Order: sequence, then structure tokens, then C-alpha cells
Amino acid sequence: MKVFKLIFKNSLRHKLRTFLTILGISIAVVAFGILRTVVTAWHAGVDASAANRLITRQAVSFIFPLPYTYREKIANIPGVDQVTFANWFQGVYIDKNQFFPRLAVEAETFIDVYPEYLVSKNELNTFKKERNSCIVGADIAKQYNLKIGDLMTIEGDIYPGDWQFIIRGIYKPRDKTTDGTGMFFHWNYLNEKLEKDSPARAGDVGWYIIRISNPEKSAEISNEIDALFKNSNAETKTETERAFQQGFLASTSAIITAMNFMSFVIIGIIMLVLGNTMIMAARERTREYAVMKTLGFSAKHLVGLILGESVFISMLGGGVGLFLLFPVVEGFAQVIPKNFFPIFNLEPITVILAVSSALLIGIVSSIFPIQRALRTKIVDGFRFVG
Amino acid sequence: MPSIIRIQDVSKSYTRDSFEIPVLNNITLNIEEGEFLALMGPSGSGKTTLLNLIAGIDKPDSGKVIIADTEISALNESALAKWRANNVGFIFQFYNLIPVLTAYENVELPLLLTHLNKAERRKHVETALEIVGLKDRMAHYPKQLSGGQEQRVAIARAIVTDPLIIVGDEPTGDLDKNSAEEILTLMERLNKEFKKTVLIVTHDPHAADRAHRTRYIDKGDLVEAL
Repeated sequence: MKVFKLIFKNSLRHKLRTFLTILGISIAVVAFGILRTVVTAWHAGVDASAANRLITRQAVSFIFPLPYTYREKIANIPGVDQVTFANWFQGVYIDKNQFFPRLAVEAETFIDVYPEYLVSKNELNTFKKERNSCIVGADIAKQYNLKIGDLMTIEGDIYPGDWQFIIRGIYKPRDKTTDGTGMFFHWNYLNEKLEKDSPARAGDVGWYIIRISNPEKSAEISNEIDALFKNSNAETKTETERAFQQGFLASTSAIITAMNFMSFVIIGIIMLVLGNTMIMAARERTREYAVMKTLGFSAKHLVGLILGESVFISMLGGGVGLFLLFPVVEGFAQVIPKNFFPIFNLEPITVILAVSSALLIGIVSSIFPIQRALRTKIVDGFRFVG
Repeated sequence: MPSIIRIQDVSKSYTRDSFEIPVLNNITLNIEEGEFLALMGPSGSGKTTLLNLIAGIDKPDSGKVIIADTEISALNESALAKWRANNVGFIFQFYNLIPVLTAYENVELPLLLTHLNKAERRKHVETALEIVGLKDRMAHYPKQLSGGQEQRVAIARAIVTDPLIIVGDEPTGDLDKNSAEEILTLMERLNKEFKKTVLIVTHDPHAADRAHRTRYIDKGDLVEAL
């Protein structure tokens, strides 16, 4: 018989209690994993940001446009590799609940600046040639069963009217951190219609995306761009793509903080549950520990037994929780509308955190029972009536 | 015969609710190697405390406890634990077997602290269980055994490391007459056949009759008779 066998047998002494504890830990790990995944999903845009991309927007607010004429001026700044732009189009596809980003972009350059959107050369060339064509993400194509050549009708809201686009490309996300729910069409197509129907709104773009050759010079180039348009009617604010994304998250930081906090509260609660189980177990075994001490088992042996049992239960719970977490997150990803959390993946860091938490729960929960077992004198242990 | 157990001027008291209760008063006692000694006395007289001091599971407030030239009263906790593992076999009134372990595993428990390999441990355990007549019950759990059988397993656990001394605290106190007889016969056999020094605490004069010598304790003092 090995000590591990004794740990195993001790763990299963009260099968129902151990089962419920393991169940509690596994549910906690699943809840922890989901919350962490949501937080990760929230940060997905920030994490996917490219270091060599800057965003130039209107200094007052993102919702105000910038003149198209800025494009050439920005492109002429030393260190700027390529400039493209995008414009938030929005509109209603099918109904108002079907939300996904719909952008009017500079067709010639947009995909060059976003290499994470993988489009075949043929599809890209066709897209560039047809003014009323669009490219959609693979996730959107899958969700709405769209294929090349299909017509996509969008009812305009910011830009009124019925807008029809022919799908000429379906892009695949380069990796799991890339959003596969975008829809991009020609800004020229939008602008031509605006010139005709509401000329006052024509000639504007939403924001510029600038690829720079040296990311270390991002601050310098940003300052240079903003200085260029200082005291104009549309002053700019240029920042790295990461900072730009973080600016979006700032408004929801309280929710994210609450979720982070909740995920660790769950760990704390389950620590108390396992701690309680271990305290009960150690209390019931007070006489047995006294017997073991009498037989010559030392403090380190008792520490090994109690810690081993606690870690065994917590890791078993953690393992079961982790085993369930993958399909649960996958299920969540299916149920949650893609456009709400375009990237909803179980990140390795979440798995590592869940496993570490289970281990930590096991260790911390054993501290008090160990302390009690070691402090109790053998003679007091024999007198103990549990 | 040389004294294997020497208790020199030992005193012990306990504190309960800020009251100091003297339990043993300047006890001096020598027990010879191979002796079978019974300690008798009324409840609370201090006999179990004396047994605990000899077994190294408690320490005196003053005086010395010397077992085979080792002053165990001067050892620290970890040295004392090691000493107990090698030198003492303890038999309890309520057997104190680990309920989740089989008879075999209970007997094997003290051997986990030795360097014996699995095969060697098996040999020792089987020998010990054979001595107590329970080799055929190796796979049984304590709840599947009678009280007498449980105590025999506890005796096997006590002798499996071949200790210098065997101490029993009311080893027949929880048994019926027949089972008590069996246990006493077994302890007598350990003393005579295997030359073990045996020390028991008992209330039962019949059990004490099996010993070579009986010493009485009353209110913490060794007395000639009660």
C-alpha cells in the first residue's frame, strides 16, 4: 500500500460529500472559465491590434467624420507606409437584431492594411473592380448561408435608402483572434450616392487607418499627423490601434472589472466549500491522526496526507470542470450571436488560470486542517470525541 | 535481567481550565527486559499517563524516562516519532484501526515508514497476521471483523515492526470474556515465545493475573497494594 492509496481511500470515505465537493469545484471552474472567456472576448479587439497600425479620427468624437482630402496629406508623412480609411455604415440586414459591422472602405487598399483578413486573389480583384460588390467574413457567410454571387440587401439608416451589394469575396480570419463577422464594401459606391442625394455629406470618411513602417515611431508620427490638421475645422486625434480599441473598452471598464471580481469571488467561495470539507474530514479523523502519530508518522507525513487529499479533490474537481468547460464555452459561442462576441474562444491563459486556481484551492483549503492536526497532541487526539 | 525501562522521579500534571491537576508524583519504576507487567489502579489514578510516557507519546514535566539507554524524555518531537516507529508497539482499548484500510493494509501501515520494499513488507505483514491467527482475513475491512479480531489485527500492527516493547492500554477493556482470553493468551505468547517486554494498563484483575508482576497506582503514586 502506498500513501497515495491512503489519500485516495480517505478522499472517498464520504462518497456523497466528496462527490458534492468535486461537483461544486467543477461548476466553479466552469463559471470561472466562462467569465474569464467573456472578459477575454471583450478584450479581443485590443489583443488583436496590430502594432504597426495607427487610427486617425476626429478629435472631438469618433462619430464625427474627417474629410477625404486628408488622405494624401497623411500618406505624404515620412514613415507612413500605407493609408486606408473606413466609414461606419450600419444599416439593417433582415431585421434590427442582425447586428454585425458593416463598413464602407477604400476597396483598393483596405485588405492590404488588414492582412489578417484572408481573401483569395481572384475574389479580391473581382471585388475591387465592381463598385457595388462587397466582402463578408466567413462567420457571417456561415450564419446567413451566403455565398459568392449572392445579393445582400441592406436598408440604410444613417445613410437612407435600399442598398444592394453583390458578394464577391468571403474572407477567412487568419487566426482565432481575428473577427470573422465583418462586411466591407466600396466607399466610392456610398460617396457617389451621397453626392447625388445629399451632397453635404459626401467626401467624408469615418476614420483613417495608417500602416507605419516602424512601430517605435508611432508616437512621433501620430503627433505629426495631428499637427498637420491643428486649427482646422476637423482636428484629428491619432493613436495606436491598441489605444483606440482600449478607448472603446474604457466605457465598459466597470462591467469588466465586476466580471473579473466575480470570477475571483467564485474561487473564494469554492475555497471555503473545500476548506469546510477538509476541516470536517480532519476533525473526524482526529483519533486516526493520533494513532498515526503513535505509529511514528511525523508532521510531514500528516501534512502530505491532508494536503494530498485536499489537492486530489480540488484537482479532480478542476479536471472535471475543465473537461466540461470546453464544450460549455463552445456551446456558449454557438448560442451567443456572433456579432455580440465575434471572438469567443477559450484562451490558454484561462485554462492555466483555472488549473492554477484549482491547485490553489486545494493548497489553501488544507492549511487550517493541517494546522489543527499538527497542533493536537497525541493524548488529546485520543480523548477527542468527534 | 537488566532494566529495559527506567522511570526516574517522573512527575506529570495537566492544566484544565487554568487548574493544574497533578497526575503523577515523583514516580520511579524499573521494568526488566522480557518482563510482562500490569499496571492497575482506579480511574484517574495516572496509569494511562505513565503508559503514555513510557510509549513516548507524552512527555514528563520532570524526571527521566529511559528506554534501552535512550532518554526519550529528552528527544524532540520528530526524533520521538522515529523512536516510536522503531521501538514501541501500541495496543489500544478501542483497537483504532483505520476503517478504510483492510487488515493487511492496517498492519502494513507502520512499515511504510521503513525502507522495506513491497515484497519484504508483505512477508512481515503475513508473518504478523499469522502470529495473531488472521492470515485468512487479510482482505477484510475492520467493519467486517469482530471486536476480538480487530484487536488481533491491532496486535499484528503493534508487532509488525518487531518493537522492543509492547504497551497495551486496557487491551481487553472492550472485549467479551472469550475474546479477552484470546488476546491475553496472545500477549502472553508474545512475551514468552518472542521475548517481548509487555506492559499493560488494566482494570481487570484477571488480565493482571497473566502478568509476571502487577504494580498499583493511586492518585499519582506507586503503591504496594490497593
